[in-house]
Amino acid sequence: MKLDSNVPEGELAEKWTKYRSTMNLVAPNNKRRLEVIVVGTGLAGASAASTLGELGYNVKCFTFHDSPRRAHSIAAQGGINAAKNYQNDGDSVYRLFYDTIKGGDYRSRESNVHRLAEASTEIIDQCVAQGVPFAREYGGLLANRSFGGVQVSRTFYARGQTGQQLLLGAYQGLSRQIATGNVKMYNRHEMLDLVTIDGKARGIIARNLLTGKLERHAAHAVVLATGGYGNVYYLSTNAMGSNVSAAWRAVRRGALMANPCMCQIHPTCIPVSGDYQSKLTLMSESLRNDGRVWVPKKKEDAIAIREKRKTALDIPEEDRDYYLERRYPAFGNLVPRDVASRAAKVACDAGNGVSPTGLAVFLDFSSAFERYGHSEALSQGINNPTAEKIIDLGREVVKKKYGNLFQMYEKITGENPYVLPMKIYPAIHYVMGGLWVDYNLETNVPGLFALGEANFSDHGANRLGASALMQGLADGYFVIPYTIGQFLSKEIRTPNISPDLPEFEKAENDTRQRLQRLIDIKGNQSVESFHRRLGKIMWEYCGMSRNAEGLTKARQELRALRDEFYSDVFIPGTADEFNPELEKATRVADLMELGEVMTLDALDRNESCGGHFREEYVTEDGEAKRDDENYAYVAAWEWDEQEPQVHKEELVFKNVELKTRSYK
Amino acid sequence: MKLTLKIWRQKNNSTKGSFETYQVEADEHMSFLEMLDVLNQQLIEAKKDPVAFEHDCREGICGSCNIVIDGRPHGPQKGTTTCQLHMRHYKDGETITIEPFRASAFPVIKDLVVDRAAFDRVIQAGGYISVNTGQAPDGNSIPIEGDIAAKSFDSATCIGCGACVAACPNGSAMLFTSAKISHLGLLPQGKIEHSKRSQKMVAQMDKEGFGFCSNVGACEAECPKEISLDNIARLNRSFVGSVFSSE
Ligand SMILES: Cc1cc2nc3c(=O)[nH]c(=O)nc-3n(C[C@H](O)[C@H](O)[C@H](O)COP(=O)(O)OP(=O)(O)OC[C@H]3O[C@@H](n4cnc5c(N)ncnc54)[C@H](O)[C@@H]3O)c2cc1C
Ligand code: SF4
Ligand code: FES
Repeated sequence: MKLDSNVPEGELAEKWTKYRSTMNLVAPNNKRRLEVIVVGTGLAGASAASTLGELGYNVKCFTFHDSPRRAHSIAAQGGINAAKNYQNDGDSVYRLFYDTIKGGDYRSRESNVHRLAEASTEIIDQCVAQGVPFAREYGGLLANRSFGGVQVSRTFYARGQTGQQLLLGAYQGLSRQIATGNVKMYNRHEMLDLVTIDGKARGIIARNLLTGKLERHAAHAVVLATGGYGNVYYLSTNAMGSNVSAAWRAVRRGALMANPCMCQIHPTCIPVSGDYQSKLTLMSESLRNDGRVWVPKKKEDAIAIREKRKTALDIPEEDRDYYLERRYPAFGNLVPRDVASRAAKVACDAGNGVSPTGLAVFLDFSSAFERYGHSEALSQGINNPTAEKIIDLGREVVKKKYGNLFQMYEKITGENPYVLPMKIYPAIHYVMGGLWVDYNLETNVPGLFALGEANFSDHGANRLGASALMQGLADGYFVIPYTIGQFLSKEIRTPNISPDLPEFEKAENDTRQRLQRLIDIKGNQSVESFHRRLGKIMWEYCGMSRNAEGLTKARQELRALRDEFYSDVFIPGTADEFNPELEKATRVADLMELGEVMTLDALDRNESCGGHFREEYVTEDGEAKRDDENYAYVAAWEWDEQEPQVHKEELVFKNVELKTRSYK
Repeated sequence: MKLTLKIWRQKNNSTKGSFETYQVEADEHMSFLEMLDVLNQQLIEAKKDPVAFEHDCREGICGSCNIVIDGRPHGPQKGTTTCQLHMRHYKDGETITIEPFRASAFPVIKDLVVDRAAFDRVIQAGGYISVNTGQAPDGNSIPIEGDIAAKSFDSATCIGCGACVAACPNGSAMLFTSAKISHLGLLPQGKIEHSKRSQKMVAQMDKEGFGFCSNVGACEAECPKEISLDNIARLNRSFVGSVFSSE
């Protein structure tokens, strides 16, 4: 299969503008006759559905949640990037483009990333107009902060709840379109299959989760904005319901899964504390602006802390190893996520970890308390403040910036982070991999589009902080409304697709049988227990570091797990009722198949780049060793029960020079 | 720790529910929902029907979780959602009563799961600023005073969980609705539609069968995001204003 990225001709900086002004349009009267299905109401789906509705298309929008507002995007904390250069610190569209390409370790498509950087500025304007209450300076203008992997301050934020506020903005826009009837909303409906007719995506099979009834929904085009599959690791920062099924069902119908092994491990999460644990909680990357990461230099100190004979406060300054500042003086605590995560693993593997499991490092705010305390004392005109007063003042400043995160930490761990440093450890957070799409965000299945975290398009092998929100909204507000026209302009003569066509009937029957098969197993183990085991295999062999032997083993274990699942899983109830266990079962079944393709992809990529770290490919000083000569490609996988096949899209870099990524 | 759980079980909206008693062994580090996971694992192993409850983010932001614990929506801790409640606040041997949010506008779907779609319809009635994609001026073209932005933000942090309704003896949705009206109405961008928005949202709220507000204040006390009663006061003031101005 030849993968055509359909990147328009022309200079990088002009491609999008030119393309937009010359692409095929759909006249308003025709838009009304064209139906579009949007699956997902996260940032990508809600922004797409509302904008397509505004344009006059007939939109049907689906979410498995009870309300569009609950999509996982709601949980994003830190912020959203935009090349506004409001801080006058040298930011520009080009710089955001360059940082993203470099941050992604040169495994993303130049043209898509540049378009993303261009759209970024419009996103902020749009959100402000919708009433998103971004943080502001005293003068009333928008405030910014820095995130990892960049040296400018371009991140817009709404306290530690940026995702919530952006999603509410998009949700409100969507609600307005629902009220006008341009969008018909289907809550608590889960897409369980994609329907293709003559090779084109023409609809979906959705299960009404309240009644269990299978429904056929037809349209001229289908847009998937169904989020990422980080939950293949069981423990992740994703919401419990996040899953791969919509995308995976599309793969089962011929779409390709690109770079599935590219997962992001976030360096600052609350460490695992026990076997019962159901999910991990992120502590926003923005904390690394003010927190310093360290472990004790001496192993005996680390052991004493683990055994609770000492606390962080007992370790004198000279016995602390601020390893990020030591190893990466140029970026210090603000190195990109993949680098920071691996460094934490190195420190813990060496025996210097600080939680009972030995898998945690400190994130310490005491210098920030002091620094802010001093300047606060000055600005409040307090003469000769005591050391305590300074710390108190500093704590107040930090509280204003990150109060909700500190509170969240305390609720979960029972420890007060204003007194003791936080303990953190890397955890699965985001997936760069996703459905393969071309420049139009169209998959290899004509008429099937993928947006947001569900596609692979912009972040290469590693995503920079605050870029997922940007991408979701860019895709939904500013890209798909144009590019879907390229496809739909050729469909204006296609009458409404009938859900009575045999293809729909077959897909519905397939789905019904699949569900019944699961119910009928009546084995002895819960879905949850399989999910946990799946997660353990993935984390062990396809997690923070990988090697050929482990990956090969993982694939065998995954196959064995799948066989066991299909012979021994127990699902209570029936398929014709509200049945959360059945919902989980279909999701875990799909995650298991995906897991296998992830191991194949990780095995195929004989290099280390970004989030993909192969132990066999390291430089002398332990950094990732990329192989541009042989692996500067996107690996797009075609599913096959026996042997999934890889197709390659070569990446061409005309505007940036491929360099070894250095943050030293 | 060993706990006794009295949990409301109800097969669906057309059957009557009742309490059932279960024993569960929990660990102090678990979250409340993880404790329920343990119970469900037990039930599944015994081939019984697990307790249905709603949850997703498990970090207090999505607004999915909604359980009345010992008579209080989201349990005993102030400013805390059910998913953020941890078992270290309970002692060995305790009995905990667990029920769904109860309000006529939130019909029970199963066990602890209720239907809160009425909230969506209140937002659809006018809880937005009418701006199409692409129409926006530069983000910095209208400076907003920090204090106003912060107030608007405080109202905007509502997670749409419905605890305010469940806490209210009248089943009123005033806290939820007024928080959205304040969030938007305080901002210069949202001022233009403010009166219309308030009227339409309040009318929809009534239509959905939420009760009237008699200033009991239970909503504020139980709100996990500590949304303030000021929002209701602000709405009452401006709503009276908007009725006058439209006449
Ligand atoms: C804790 C946390 C913090 C984060 N913080 C940041 C941050 O500060 N900045 C940043 O840029 N990024 C951040 N991210 C990443 C970012 O939040 C996500 O990548 C992004 O929100 C994904 O948006 P989305 O629209 O693609 O998908 P989602 O928001 O995951 O939405 C998926 C939607 O699809 C629906 N869906 C899925 N499958 C189906 C199906 N089969 N049928 C019907 N509906 C379906 C769901 O119901 C949902 O509506 C964070 C992520 C996490 C986990
Ligand atoms: S006002 Fe508070 S209790 Fe009511 S829905 Fe919002 S967050 Fe929940
Ligand atoms: S599960 Fe999301 S708020 Fe509780």
